[in-house]
Amino acid sequence: MSDVAFDFLRVYLKERSGLALGPEKLYLIESRLGPVCRRFGLASLADLCTALRMHRAGVEQAVVEAMTTNETFFFRDRVPFDMFRDVLLPRAITARAGTRRLRIWSAASSSGQEPYSLAMLLREAAPRLAGWHVEIVATDLSTEMLEKAKAGLYSHFEVQRGLPAQLLVKHFTQVGDRWRIDPGLGGMIDFRQLNLLQPFDQLGAFDIVFCRNVLIYFDMATKSDVLHRIAKSLAPDGAVLLGAAETVIGLTDALVPDGGHRGLYRKGVVASPAFQAAPLRAAV
Amino acid sequence: MRTALIVDDSAVIRKVARRILETANLQVSDAEDGETALALCMAEMPDVILLDWTMPKMDGYEFLKALRASPGGGQPKVLFCTTENDVGAIARALHGGADEYIMKPFDRDILMTKLEQVGLGREAHAA
Ligand SMILES: C[S@@+](CC[C@H](N)C(=O)[O-])C[C@H]1O[C@@H](n2cnc3c(N)ncnc32)[C@H](O)[C@@H]1O
Repeated sequence: MSDVAFDFLRVYLKERSGLALGPEKLYLIESRLGPVCRRFGLASLADLCTALRMHRAGVEQAVVEAMTTNETFFFRDRVPFDMFRDVLLPRAITARAGTRRLRIWSAASSSGQEPYSLAMLLREAAPRLAGWHVEIVATDLSTEMLEKAKAGLYSHFEVQRGLPAQLLVKHFTQVGDRWRIDPGLGGMIDFRQLNLLQPFDQLGAFDIVFCRNVLIYFDMATKSDVLHRIAKSLAPDGAVLLGAAETVIGLTDALVPDGGHRGLYRKGVVASPAFQAAPLRAAV
Repeated sequence: MRTALIVDDSAVIRKVARRILETANLQVSDAEDGETALALCMAEMPDVILLDWTMPKMDGYEFLKALRASPGGGQPKVLFCTTENDVGAIARALHGGADEYIMKPFDRDILMTKLEQVGLGREAHAA
């Protein structure tokens, strides 16, 4: 690949999806965009660049989606989901007892395993949430991933990764060689296409945000911008969960680590010590 | 050191599983049928059992029933392995006392996440 094509694609991808690619990732461009070239009948990456410059229909989305990493699985890393069930949900049930409304955002939901994992936990907690209005908003840049998530069909491989057997038996039915998740769980989730580089305040305020394993692909400035805006979309006593390799430290003061819970963040308040000393649920 | 028992009538599966479990720092023994496995368990209960469902001489279900009914037999975590991709089979195994299931052919990643799910993951064997 020519340097010109690489530079063009690098800048292009960074602008469109935030993807930060160093020269060591050259191979990724070649291996992932080759198939896109073939699909659109383009002879080379140089031709692909031309097609992008001329805004040929469908090429932009195909290029951006081909370059995203969609790796995900049910209850990924387990701890954040334990924390959701054991810390955040009990907290919210107390803090939101007045309004009985709870809004959760899965900000890079990929093929749906993350929001469905949350939906399964909420279903288990249903007796404590009777009469509540609980909403999960799941967004991703990739329309292909969103379609897959909405379909709720998973392979043997996918349902074995992280999903406890009890939950498989309880919430999935077998369809040929795949597994369909209970459409009732899908009904709890509002799937929407969203690029995190673009404004998302139209989604409204959230109590709990899962933004996991997406910031790692962005450069520092983009990470800090996205985190800053997530903080703005967060209820005053809301919580944010990041991926195992992600942090807010050095990126924004708008979010700060929450006590001893690894990967859990709350709104940073330039507040009096009295406020900081107060436990979260008292802040409502 | 944590211990694992592989119960499978296929020598190939036993070999593959052994290699994976040993890299997870488990001390591994194996048996080719339920009867032999049960005798091993009576001598010493392992921490985790990788259990094949269809075997000559006492199949997985019979083994599990006998295991769970014997003293200390409630302790091992049982990962039941099947080529049957049938939700009914999985439900029966869970009902019969299995903790988790793995579909064959399984790979390292899946086996490791399943071990983690039953509490024998990285943190557990670091201890
Ligand atoms: C590795 S997956 C993470 C999925 C899930 N959150 C998890 O932790 O398992 C990353 C996802 O981020 C999405 N993504 C990448 N850039 C994005 C952007 N600018 N806006 C929204 N989603 C983006 C990709 O399409 C992909 O599905």
